[in-house]
Amino acid sequence: MTVVVGCGAGFSGDRTDAARPLVDALMSYDAPRALMFETLGERTLAAAQLRRIKDPDSGDEPLLEEFLSPVLSDCLVNHITVLGNFGAANPNAACRRIRQLAKRLGHSQASLATVQGDDVRDRLHELDWLAWEGEKRALSTLEQVVAANVYLGADALIEAMAQGAQVVITGRVADPSLALAPICYHHDWASDDWDRRAAGALAGHLIECGTQVTGGYFADPGVKDVPGMASLGYPLVEVERNGRLIVTKPPGTGGLVTEQTVKEQLLYEIHDPSAYITPDVVIDLEHIRIKQLAKDRVEVTGVRGKPSPARLKTTVSFLAGYQGEAEISYAGPNAFARAHLARETLRQRLALRCPIDLRARYDLIGVSSVFDGDTQQHPQNRDAASDIRLRLAVEHSDKRVVELATQELLALYCCGPAGGGGVRRHHTQRLKTASYLVPRQQVVPAVTLHKGEGHE
Amino acid sequence: MSELLHRYAHARAGDKGDRLSLAVFVYQASHYSWLIDQLSEANVAALFEHRGVSQVTRYLLPHLNGMNLVLDDALQGGVNGALNLDGHGKTLSALLLSMQVTSPPA
Repeated sequence: MTVVVGCGAGFSGDRTDAARPLVDALMSYDAPRALMFETLGERTLAAAQLRRIKDPDSGDEPLLEEFLSPVLSDCLVNHITVLGNFGAANPNAACRRIRQLAKRLGHSQASLATVQGDDVRDRLHELDWLAWEGEKRALSTLEQVVAANVYLGADALIEAMAQGAQVVITGRVADPSLALAPICYHHDWASDDWDRRAAGALAGHLIECGTQVTGGYFADPGVKDVPGMASLGYPLVEVERNGRLIVTKPPGTGGLVTEQTVKEQLLYEIHDPSAYITPDVVIDLEHIRIKQLAKDRVEVTGVRGKPSPARLKTTVSFLAGYQGEAEISYAGPNAFARAHLARETLRQRLALRCPIDLRARYDLIGVSSVFDGDTQQHPQNRDAASDIRLRLAVEHSDKRVVELATQELLALYCCGPAGGGGVRRHHTQRLKTASYLVPRQQVVPAVTLHKGEGHE
Repeated sequence: MSELLHRYAHARAGDKGDRLSLAVFVYQASHYSWLIDQLSEANVAALFEHRGVSQVTRYLLPHLNGMNLVLDDALQGGVNGALNLDGHGKTLSALLLSMQVTSPPA
């Protein structure tokens, strides 16, 4: 038996018309099927928490209806389980919206499940915290914590499916678990069958960024050409009971699935390839084999698993000062020199007017916008250009300091070098994240089944 | 002859917090040992020195003709803390591929 899982979104801002071709393809399989939506990053969860704080009915995925309305009806009718972390900071709110959508589509009997327990904001003092290996900040030093979310694994999602859920709505769940859950559920793999769980989790890892495995984010014209960039097919993964998996995409869609696209995604956001830690299993990629079987069909075998970790990663979001950004353009003859002069003028003004602990960065966009360090230049790419946008980015604990700094850029309208124009200013409260580990046994996932009308 | 790494390899950047990972693969299997010479931890650290990198850890994957480079602190705050427009460091795969290398042996 094979289980087939498609991924209809790889992040919160992904294409909302992506799932339709996936569901058409899923409907053609005579096999257990599922559709996952991965819409939650470190940044999007933090932003969702802030929205929920402002409005208790908010904090779920803003594009929920856009993602689901084209496909929900067919998924419910054809027994394609939908799993998504689109509950974000508020799975109950997402559940209410999906209930309304299902009713509108004529499916008031749909069974929905929410998975909670990831939100440990109210348990900061009772949990046994350890810093994640890349984390230098002590939890006790963080002020204004607004959210703390544990990465849950697949087990609670499997339980939701066992209870009959047709749509499983979660908050912070590890991305690969969204695929591992239906794969484990249908194959009925033992909870300590580490090699197979690793294969299922890897299947999820490969598809959880949507088109990143099907040619999106891969194109480099003339070097790595990708057809149909405007109609990219989102990924499907076929997982056999023995753990062999095949990555593919719906027929008639753009993009491509090759050994190269699969390899790039295989290591995406992974550190040690012999120990990719997920809540469900530690994946070992040391012996993996990747093989093109046919056009847009790539086989992955040889994945091994080690026991799941004793501690689960937790993202803590905290308010930390303000960020300001402002830009001004200089173009035409001598634009580079004028932009330079504007930058030096601004540096001197901020030194004069702002506290010494103001964190600042300057970019000359058109010449450099992303390669430079905050305080040192990248040694290459110093060509003069004739249309330069000077960007100032600042950060400080005091909002007034940030506004004062960007106001100094605004003042270049009259004070600055000749011909500066097109100023934009933007200020935001900064929401930062830090990562810690908590003991698995202190985390209690909770599944709630919300039966539809007509159920006993 | 000095050339860009881009001619011989492809790469993808990923991030977790303030930690950047760069997966790099050669197009031709015969170039793999050459890639290992070019992308030593020290060479990669030098390329990202201006970004404040504190440590580079390299994981080799010979069966994939690739390697994973993990760079600490190169994101200068990461997605929620950087002043850089690209807080994720997504564009930094191209910075790695802009590295000047000596041509691989024929």
